[in-house]
Amino acid sequence: MAPDLRTRLGNTELPNPILTASGCASSGRELAQFIDVSKVGAIVTKSVMIAPRAGRPTPRMAETSSGMLNSIGLQGPGIDAFLQRDLPWLLSRGARAVVSIAGSTVDEYAELAARLSDAAGVTAIEVNISCPNVEHRGQVFACDAGDAGAVVAAVRARTRYDIPVFAKLSPDVTDIVAIARACVSAGADGLSMINTLLGMAIDTETMRPVLAGLTGGLSGPAIRPVAVRCIWQVREALPDVPIIGMGGVMTGRDALELILAGASMVSIGTAIFHDPSACARILRELDDELARRGIERLSQVTGVAHEARTASRGRAGVG
Amino acid sequence: MTASEPESESGPLQVRGTVLTVRRIDAYYAMTLVAPGIAARFKPGQFVALAVGGPDTSMLLRRAFSIHDVRPDHGGTVEVVFAVSGRGTRWLAERRARDVLDVTGPLGRPFPVPRDPVSCLLVGGGYGSAPLFALAGRLRERRCSVDFLLGAASGDRVFGALTARRTGRSATFTTVDGSLGVRGIVTDMLGQVIHEARTDVIYACGPMPMLRQVTALARRYDLPVQVAVEETMACGIGVCMTCVLPVVGSDGITRMARSCVDGPVFRGEQVRWDDVGTIPFDAFGAPGWEPRARRPPRPGGDGGQAGAGPKSGGQHRPSSPSSPPNPPNPARRQNHGA
Repeated sequence: MAPDLRTRLGNTELPNPILTASGCASSGRELAQFIDVSKVGAIVTKSVMIAPRAGRPTPRMAETSSGMLNSIGLQGPGIDAFLQRDLPWLLSRGARAVVSIAGSTVDEYAELAARLSDAAGVTAIEVNISCPNVEHRGQVFACDAGDAGAVVAAVRARTRYDIPVFAKLSPDVTDIVAIARACVSAGADGLSMINTLLGMAIDTETMRPVLAGLTGGLSGPAIRPVAVRCIWQVREALPDVPIIGMGGVMTGRDALELILAGASMVSIGTAIFHDPSACARILRELDDELARRGIERLSQVTGVAHEARTASRGRAGVG
Repeated sequence: MTASEPESESGPLQVRGTVLTVRRIDAYYAMTLVAPGIAARFKPGQFVALAVGGPDTSMLLRRAFSIHDVRPDHGGTVEVVFAVSGRGTRWLAERRARDVLDVTGPLGRPFPVPRDPVSCLLVGGGYGSAPLFALAGRLRERRCSVDFLLGAASGDRVFGALTARRTGRSATFTTVDGSLGVRGIVTDMLGQVIHEARTDVIYACGPMPMLRQVTALARRYDLPVQVAVEETMACGIGVCMTCVLPVVGSDGITRMARSCVDGPVFRGEQVRWDDVGTIPFDAFGAPGWEPRARRPPRPGGDGGQAGAGPKSGGQHRPSSPSSPPNPPNPARRQNHGA
């Protein structure tokens, strides 16, 4: 029998735990040429901001070993165009929309939350707090427990009660558990992790940085162990908080690894650039991985790596 | 939810393409892949994006190549031309017959073709000339005349010189080292060829500096020019936002347009060549952009294409009957299926 992959996200039941990752699927339209967007657990949109945004200059991307750096700068049409064009399209295709929001002040986040709450059909809001806080000397919200909590509290206050709010955490912090606690205390219904890691590449021919923006976000399988570690630590500390896991998932096996660490949903990001039908493939592969192990329900394995080993076949201790 | 359930009859496909041949052609490689659906949907100017490195590859980004030719044999084949410039293209050059590649395509906005039988000049730099031969075939079907002007650093880097000679009404070559044709670069000869061929329309594909100069000269001769740009891409399907360049829409607004779906073909005068690699201050969403009376968003969004004119009113050129019509932007394929 096929495993039961259904997952709850707030009041919505997702048919499966495979989501797109913000910034890697635009608002779903391009992917619809390759997959049925209604059969993905949910489409997590590219981060929406209040105003249209042109983003950063090119080159915006550099390929690295098993990864890539990007420095897009949140190019997008703004909330008006999103509500008028992108959200209705997603809903018309039967997709579930998780809307990622980004801002440069606490008030901008709050306004976005209010605008999305007035629109019908938003399954959840994912708060991209990896943005510079212009009111705090450009300090990234996600890197300061106080700032992160302030954004989440403002968003939660302006978001309709039945729309869950997930805070997306950056791994570039000393103590991710402290940030996670701050977000949950501020009212986050769940956590998404991880955002990209800040990286840089230098062209050894020109002897200059590859990216016009100098630094960029590192993603892809190169960062998966970091994602597993972050999810593990937060699950250990906050076992009841739902987690959307992401970070270099390329296969169903990779998705299962994040689920075992504690994620109840898994977002697919950079893999989509490599394979536009990655979400469909990874879902099939996850289904096979669970079936092969005789697992009937996804919830049976969420966070199971934390449980004391019962199998006689012990792991070799390292370090 | 499988890769073989496309929503649209004309949109791109993702297929397993079997390598038929990989051949060395002078400084380049030509790879022919069996990909029937892609061949059937192809229009000149479109491209494919290939995954490289095989299963568990450490190279995550697809490599985009304009389609050189499609043929009906083996159910439909697609040929791309490339130079080895890094690990990914080296891997591709090492493929052999019967190897299987993950191919997406046909991608991007094709070259629009004129309604009337006009005189077309096709300008190519390096292997940028690859997509021009299929375009030439399409133009001849429309009873257009086709002249070629191809250039490169050296003779072995002028791709398709023989085909250009054989099939063009005229074929002019330039090389920097003088090893083929005239010593110099294509734009040195552009004026002369335009005069001799009585050119009505220019199509160009090649490095960005060449396209910029071709556009400037076309403007001087008051000729419409369609350019296929070369920008680095990660996905090729419009989601990654890495291949953007500043393009002026029909509303006069500059947008950071994606060369993969809003292009790769643009009207030359729409591209703000001086600002490529930057975010112009007045671009849509840039710091200096002002929403005039909170303009409602245009359906279709970024990179307006249709009927774009020069940004300032001063040099407005009424579109001549020979001006190629702009087809609807494929990026706006919103009415899927049905």
